Amino acid sequence: MMQLAVPAKPLLNVDNLVVEYGLGNKIVHAVSGVSLQVARGETLALVGESGCGKSTLGRAVLQLRRAKSGRVMFDGEDLTAMEGEALRKMRRRVQLIFQDPIASLNPRRRIGDIVAEPLIIAGVRDAAERRRRVREVLSAVGLDPDLVAGRLPHEFSGGQCQRICIARSLVLNPEFIVCDEPVSALDVSIRAQILNLLEEMKARFGLTLLFIAHDLAVVKAVSDRVAVMYLGRLCEVGPSEQLFARPVHPYTNLLLQAIPVPDPDVRPVEGVAIGEPPSPIAPPSGCRFRTRCARADQRCSAEIPELREVVPGQFAACHHPLA
Amino acid sequence: MSAPLLTIADVAVELPTPRGNLRAVDHVDLSLDAGRTLGIVGESGCGKTMLSRAVLQLLPKKAKLTGRVMFDGVDLVRLDKERLRRLRGRDLAVVFQDPMTSLNPVLTIGTQLMETIQEHLELDAPAAKARSIELLAAVGIPAPEQRLAQYPHQCSGGMRQRIAIAIALSCEPKLLIADEPTTALDVTIQAQILDLLAREQRRRHMAMIIITHDLGVVAGRADEVAVMYAGRVVERAPTQALFKRMHMPYTEALLAAIPKLDAAPHTPLPAISGRPPDPTRPLKGCSFAPRCRYAADRCHEAKPELKSAETSGHLYACFHPIQMAEGIGA
Ligand SMILES: Nc1ncnc2c1ncn2[C@@H]1O[C@H](COP(=O)(O)OP(=O)(O)OP(=O)(O)O)[C@@H](O)[C@H]1O
Ligand SMILES: Nc1ncnc2c1ncn2[C@@H]1O[C@H](COP(=O)(O)OP(=O)(O)OP(=O)(O)O)[C@@H](O)[C@H]1O
Ligand code: SF4
Ligand code: SF4
Ligand SMILES: [Mg+2]
Ligand SMILES: [Mg+2]
Repeated sequence: MMQLAVPAKPLLNVDNLVVEYGLGNKIVHAVSGVSLQVARGETLALVGESGCGKSTLGRAVLQLRRAKSGRVMFDGEDLTAMEGEALRKMRRRVQLIFQDPIASLNPRRRIGDIVAEPLIIAGVRDAAERRRRVREVLSAVGLDPDLVAGRLPHEFSGGQCQRICIARSLVLNPEFIVCDEPVSALDVSIRAQILNLLEEMKARFGLTLLFIAHDLAVVKAVSDRVAVMYLGRLCEVGPSEQLFARPVHPYTNLLLQAIPVPDPDVRPVEGVAIGEPPSPIAPPSGCRFRTRCARADQRCSAEIPELREVVPGQFAACHHPLA
Repeated sequence: MSAPLLTIADVAVELPTPRGNLRAVDHVDLSLDAGRTLGIVGESGCGKTMLSRAVLQLLPKKAKLTGRVMFDGVDLVRLDKERLRRLRGRDLAVVFQDPMTSLNPVLTIGTQLMETIQEHLELDAPAAKARSIELLAAVGIPAPEQRLAQYPHQCSGGMRQRIAIAIALSCEPKLLIADEPTTALDVTIQAQILDLLAREQRRRHMAMIIITHDLGVVAGRADEVAVMYAGRVVERAPTQALFKRMHMPYTEALLAAIPKLDAAPHTPLPAISGRPPDPTRPLKGCSFAPRCRYAADRCHEAKPELKSAETSGHLYACFHPIQMAEGIGA
């Protein structure tokens, strides 16, 4: 499973994707030329701070938001060029799980109907078949169909609602799921339950995942590779064990150092984090991280660093990497 | 030895709800000395905020509070409204998770800071302004003078939290309560805010209570940690002692559930199954019993009281404490 630096035949191939939003007469440069690949059966974690463009990228991959330029190839087909019926068909194979599990469930519908909804949209007419599928996925996510199917979302905790969302996303037997911060809104203890569940579902259904999170520690347990994003661009991509052990991009290093370690003997290093992310409306020239980087020099403001292989399998966009 | 700055004695908070009485805080005892930091840790809904609001005397109207909160020699529970108001914002300050709770959206940052300073410190306007600029600079806000004219919504989340901290610090409080001050923030900004709190605390010799659900946040920053579960303090110890040897299965489980940076990829996390009990339906026995892997018959029958461990200052409430020597096995 390791060394999937550039998968030979990726299930997902995102090529130079650019996504922008209009804001009054200004432009938000949310995703500015991102390329990445995900192999079949792999989990790629996409990590970065709030507002760096993770959700935008995830949505653009699923064509819920159309890109300004660039391509998204899924299993050899160009999603960016697809429309209408073809795109609808394709959508059965790809799913999205949201950050806020409670808000993403319709409060007036029963759990059984919520989970069955994708089946109805996909045209599964046989009610008995739908019931069978719903029972199957509810059991798979650790809920008792007899106890939960007839109840409403407000009767469930955040962790249980996220299980229901996961069940709903699995009901069509998708191949690929974008998990957009599926545990960020959950308590530490419940978080572990959901992360384990996602791992289990992935193995059981042979899923491929794009796992979005703002917290590097969270992705450690579930990812094969990690892509670190900052202000619309990728900083570093590499196999997770390697990237955690030896980050080569200064921003990845900062993210790792900022994680509070539950050990009183590891004193937090004060002053590692400086400054705040600049606005994506007017991103800095050259390297977008340069306003917060201790290694920044002239070249960093003049020249955009390209993503390149710094150590075998590990890619970084930096003029002065840590390796 | 002099009396602690803060003593919480047998404090309980009950809230009437349609489902019946909800015991949000269940007979808690804690104390804190001047200049020290206490971390309060526990899952969502365990009563952390209600406990801090009991200290501040800012509980919901219908809440019923019993017990004593001794602060600097006076019992806040029995203090009249006017004296309380003067105390809060001066000797007793608070920072909330969402800085917009402490900031007024329709007033400029300068107005809010200067109002607080003028009210409590009796400074004239120019002096208050100078002090405001000084404070904003101290909490790491670039170009503080220009910021004074801005409104909270014109600042990022991290900036707002710095401003809320500046206001909280403006009158040199003796105690600062920070209720999840970084939960809504990114990790790098969280590190900055925690650094800031630590620095200001050292400088001012101020006592601090940090409330969080993340054991990682308190490990390097608190002198003492209290772990709460279902309204009760279930373990309490000096930070070093607690991490060296936890006695409560809940504390152990809470720590084990945090993803480890040095674990191999795809290692299953030791999750705590189930969820906390319904606070309107208190259990007869230990409230962690339904989720505890060490639970035995007695745990379902009787409530374990807090009792002392061999290490001084270490208390735990468990019939079958963990006896492991060091660290945590998965
Ligand atoms: N509909 C929109 N219109 C204008 N700007 C938007 C819109 N949606 C997002 N943005 C902006 O685009 C940038 C990227 O947002 P995005 O939601 O993709 O970030 P994110 O990395 O998912 O952040 P978070 O961790 O907060 O979810 C942000 O600056 C955001 O404010
Ligand atoms: N205004 C209220 N009325 C009734 N019950 C309340 C009210 N506010 C909180 N509660 C309940 O009191 C209990 C304790 O809540 P509290 O806010 O203190 O938890 P917490 O530990 O701060 O949680 P979190 O980590 O989510 O902030 C919970 O069961 C909660 O549902
Ligand atoms: S390119 Fe320059 S500014 Fe950017 S991360 Fe590398 S050293 Fe820092
Ligand atoms: S008293 Fe019993 S149930 Fe409660 S924590 Fe201890 S062992 Fe577990
Ligand atoms: Mg997002
Ligand atoms: Mg709270």
